Amino acid sequence: MTTEFWLNDQYISTDASPGLLLLDFLRRNERLTGTKEGCKEGDCGACAVLIGDLVEGSDTQKAYVDYKPVTSCLVPLGEMQGRHVVSIEGVNMDQLSPVQQSFVDFGAAQCGYCTPGFIVSMSWYLMAERGEPTRAGMQRAISGNLCRCTGYEAINRAGDRLIERFSDGGEWADIWQAGDRVAALVEAEMLPAYFSEMAERLGAIEQPEVSLGGNPIDYFVAGGTDLYVQQGEKIPDASVKILNHFGSKISGKFKHMRGIRAVDGDLHVGALTTFEDFGADPLVQKFIPSIQDDLQLIASLHLRNRATLGGNIVNASPIGDMSNFLLGLGATLILSNGKEQRSVAMKDFFLNYKVIDKRADELIVEIVIPGAAKECAQTRVNFEKLSKRTALDIATVCSGFRCKANADGVIEAVGISMGGVAAVPLYLRKTCDFLVGKTISPATLQEACEIAMGEASPIGDVRGSADYKRLLVRQFMIAHFTECYPERVRFDEFAS
Amino acid sequence: MKKHLDAAFHTRGESLYVDDNPEPAGMLHVAVFGSPVAHGTIKNLDLSAARALKGVTAVFTAEDIPGENQVGAILKDEVLIAEDLVQFIGQPIAVVVAETPEIAHHAVGLIDVEIDELPVIVDPRVAHEKGQLIAPPRTFAIGDVDAAWDDCDLIVEGECEIAGQEHLYLETQRSRAIPTEGDQVRCYSSTQSPYAVQTACARICGVPQHKIEVDVKRLGGGFGGKEDQATHWACIVTMAARILRKPVQIVLNRIDDMQMTGKRHPYSADFKLGLNKDGTIKALDFKFYQNSGAAADLSTAVLERSLFHATNIYRVPNARIYAAACKTNLHPHTAFRGFGGPQAMFVMESALSKAAETMGIEREELQYKNLISNGDVFPYGQVVEDCQAKACWDDAADTFDLAGTRKRIEEYNATHTSTKKGLAVMPICFGISFTKIHLNQASALVHIYTDGSMSVSTGGVEMGQGVTTNMAEIAAAELGISRDRIKVESTNTTRIANMSPSAASATTDLNGNAVILATGEILGRFRKMLAPELGCNEEAITIKDEKVFVDGEATEWEWGDVVMHAYLNRVALSAHAFFATPRINFDAAKEKGHPFAYHVYGVTQFEVTVDCLRGRYEVDAVRMVHDLGRQINEVVDLGQLEGGLAQGIGWMTLEELAYDAKGRLLSNALSTYKAPDVFSSPKVVEVKMRSTENPMGPRGSKAVGEPPLMYGIGAYFALRDAMRAYAERDFPYDAPMTPERVLMSLHAHILDGDKPKKATPEAGAVAAVAGE
Repeated sequence: MTTEFWLNDQYISTDASPGLLLLDFLRRNERLTGTKEGCKEGDCGACAVLIGDLVEGSDTQKAYVDYKPVTSCLVPLGEMQGRHVVSIEGVNMDQLSPVQQSFVDFGAAQCGYCTPGFIVSMSWYLMAERGEPTRAGMQRAISGNLCRCTGYEAINRAGDRLIERFSDGGEWADIWQAGDRVAALVEAEMLPAYFSEMAERLGAIEQPEVSLGGNPIDYFVAGGTDLYVQQGEKIPDASVKILNHFGSKISGKFKHMRGIRAVDGDLHVGALTTFEDFGADPLVQKFIPSIQDDLQLIASLHLRNRATLGGNIVNASPIGDMSNFLLGLGATLILSNGKEQRSVAMKDFFLNYKVIDKRADELIVEIVIPGAAKECAQTRVNFEKLSKRTALDIATVCSGFRCKANADGVIEAVGISMGGVAAVPLYLRKTCDFLVGKTISPATLQEACEIAMGEASPIGDVRGSADYKRLLVRQFMIAHFTECYPERVRFDEFAS
Repeated sequence: MKKHLDAAFHTRGESLYVDDNPEPAGMLHVAVFGSPVAHGTIKNLDLSAARALKGVTAVFTAEDIPGENQVGAILKDEVLIAEDLVQFIGQPIAVVVAETPEIAHHAVGLIDVEIDELPVIVDPRVAHEKGQLIAPPRTFAIGDVDAAWDDCDLIVEGECEIAGQEHLYLETQRSRAIPTEGDQVRCYSSTQSPYAVQTACARICGVPQHKIEVDVKRLGGGFGGKEDQATHWACIVTMAARILRKPVQIVLNRIDDMQMTGKRHPYSADFKLGLNKDGTIKALDFKFYQNSGAAADLSTAVLERSLFHATNIYRVPNARIYAAACKTNLHPHTAFRGFGGPQAMFVMESALSKAAETMGIEREELQYKNLISNGDVFPYGQVVEDCQAKACWDDAADTFDLAGTRKRIEEYNATHTSTKKGLAVMPICFGISFTKIHLNQASALVHIYTDGSMSVSTGGVEMGQGVTTNMAEIAAAELGISRDRIKVESTNTTRIANMSPSAASATTDLNGNAVILATGEILGRFRKMLAPELGCNEEAITIKDEKVFVDGEATEWEWGDVVMHAYLNRVALSAHAFFATPRINFDAAKEKGHPFAYHVYGVTQFEVTVDCLRGRYEVDAVRMVHDLGRQINEVVDLGQLEGGLAQGIGWMTLEELAYDAKGRLLSNALSTYKAPDVFSSPKVVEVKMRSTENPMGPRGSKAVGEPPLMYGIGAYFALRDAMRAYAERDFPYDAPMTPERVLMSLHAHILDGDKPKKATPEAGAVAAVAGE
């Protein structure tokens, strides 16, 4: 199979295995060594690159390329078909770019090994950030990049200086406000000129069609963010079906794997929706107002650009952030083998450790959150997660919560999940059953905490002791209710 | 501000690390088969399947080592490849050389070993009890401790458990060896110690040192982790290259790197501290049980620095510090920024904390009262000189309004239930010099080319700490020329022989002084050459801004003219110079001397907020006054201060190495071992640099590398302060203070049915329990 794409300013047509990691392709096949390997788990960002997708033009909008930062250590080469890959070499010009110059000016590069990854991520920020330039936004852009030398202070200062110059009143404010920011950056010689031609170049490459069903496949790769960590060395030599070919059409029974839509008051989310796309969706934001803050606790921008909801669910990790969140929201899955389709409630889907109610020939097509597209006002939603490091870490315990109570504080419906306290993402059935019909009060919550702790059966591991996890069950129960119903319960009523 | 020398290359991804250089044709790749158990004897090793795999060139074991199977740097107690005995998980048993890294790793998976398991020790106290020591224990003592207890109004005792720390250099261990003529090998290594690599490779290969050339351009981070532990990987590829006559490379993947290489030493410690009722420290008795791992590596030297820094910055008239390097079945632990100092200072701060809590006063009161001043004597006999302790404290307290901060935090805590704020001050005093006196030597080699450009070689290895920048700054300043004329060369054993490792914060001091001597020699030749031309005394001639001055008056001579004139008149344009730190000495028999050229001081204030519901926390602010001498490069210094601080906070808060009872590292990847990210770094960092003249440092500068790491201890005690605002209990002195420790400290008693688990045994809490 041939993969055709643009790598920086170079057209690539390669027969290398589609399952090969993009990082290995860059460093070995192309000898582009500015991209570094630090962990091969998506946890350090030394291998960060940009992936650009062509957005077709319309009457009102010229075609353009939509870039996203990703960690190239978890991306299959085959998925690059029709895309533009930008490595550090691709942002280099004769002169230093503003990001590069700012790093030099503020001493933001010490040993230099992580530096290209940071430059790529910050360059993306300047190219693609939609809001005002802010430190918080810049930090989000580098949330997938680790540096062991600087302590981030110099990197923050380098970023601050850029923000200042691109902000209102700054010397480059007009570039930030330009309709086509990439073109404006090219015009100002802050990006190489070839970026201007990229939409046209990508338009000339044929986009693939993803056909599902047919020959047995060793690996279906959606985001690949966990699959490559677990089985990365096997995939390049195996048969691989890449689900996330950009722009590809998925036909027939699988067509709803992409996209988010409201159907009869329910929210239907395609299984291939990335975490970032989920959080950016207006329907989702209406139902979960805190979704952008919640996402800051989950992985990094680079991984959220890759990880898919469906992938997170089939992975069936007891500590999957999104699967636990959706479980707490009461979601149902729609599965299909191309011929038949069926629904399974998420609370019935996880059977045992890594055992799920999915047949070998089935794929998850959609995740349905009942009622999430209506009656949002009466429903309160919360997500809690504790990990050693607040951001870019895997949960010790995480928990999703959805509660509907009437004006008197009587619970009409409630869903609560706890990740990391059982062999599966755990739905707290007894706790939920107990809570329905009760009035929210410290006494009710106290009792619910006891029941919830009884439902949990955590084991001690590298992420925390069993006792700690059991304690977190209680703390999260308190957190859900104090966050969602501060008028009915306060933390100090549970202080110990 | 003046910039890092290689910064532009770094930002363009053009800086070359070992495996970024184009591969020589036919290069082979290595993967290592490490022991799956922590202690045992090898009964059978089956390499047949690995050898039979297509693409495998060779599989080596200890038997294939041409020379001596020994890589111990201080003590000769560590084999490169296990013979019969294995002593830690990951210890190399076999080395696979193959056409690609994938084939090599695949072949490693085909190796089968049978091992008769022996008992595993992971706890240093258990090792100590069983007499499993790396070397005889050492004791530093001053005054009469046993007599002093009687004079104390208060004596506190306690224990500390201090976890280790993974270096997490972003660039994992790697080396590339290329056979040259005969049995010679050139080795490109990511090492802080080219000389250590050269000597070990020569020993392993059984050849004289001059047949091994080691070259180091730069490291993607070191932090001590490549001071001694880069050697093994360099030896493996050098040996393979010599045997196979092919270029050979090893790049450890992250998981192998984390499992196979040692880290900062975990310590267990006992403390006993006696004070007057006014808070004056009278006596101290500490016991350090260092978890050294399975071989000495640098453990004894690390332990020695713990002894040196046990009293940190405080006056202790009667002190006894006992320290034992305890042999366990973990990877041999090694150097890490601070080198034993941080663990010792943590114990001292814990003892002070316990005393303050018992007395019911703020920790900073006790700290301030006991700060050293000129004329005091450290337990190792060195007299305190040029002391900056009080000056730094007062400067920080004044600049950053310490009293106001304390008041603001008290007000906050009085009005908040679910979140609490805490404050801590962390003063430090750190001795500069290698504690092994003979290592305090360095050489520099400078060449000036006829176009006026210049090349500088030293023994200093660039690992992000900015030594190349500093060398260029020093050479430029000494010669009065632009830094742009200077290239700092790779660190190479054929240009600089027998160099000390880049470590102990001393790299710029030692090598910079050597550069001053070398450039001084050239300058002397130029003066001698120019004096007759200019009709003046040699002493009257200076060069500044690339112009020659006589008695401060500019002449027509420019740098380029001088250099060309020298060349045409056959005046040498190269110089080699040697520097040895004066005055320092240490008598190990008495454990007394003057081991440090000078001390570095500083004070940092921490402010934190704890979410008492979730156990999560944030460092709100870090405010530092640091004593730096006259600065060579501000950007380099600030980067070292902020970077060391972050690493110290990481060590004290979230970085947690978890081992199981069988000696397996559980947190063996970046998904399980968490170092600070951009969000976990402090919200505010303010740094005030105090510049005082330092006659011992090059151009009046002071070393900066390690000391700021120890500020991180302040984060721990600020968290403790906030936790005690929630519940005034005697929490254990265990580090790091992870979110788990915070939450369990505050609420774990709930799990046992509402009885506080760790009530204060003394003082208030006892009365409260009795009153129930």
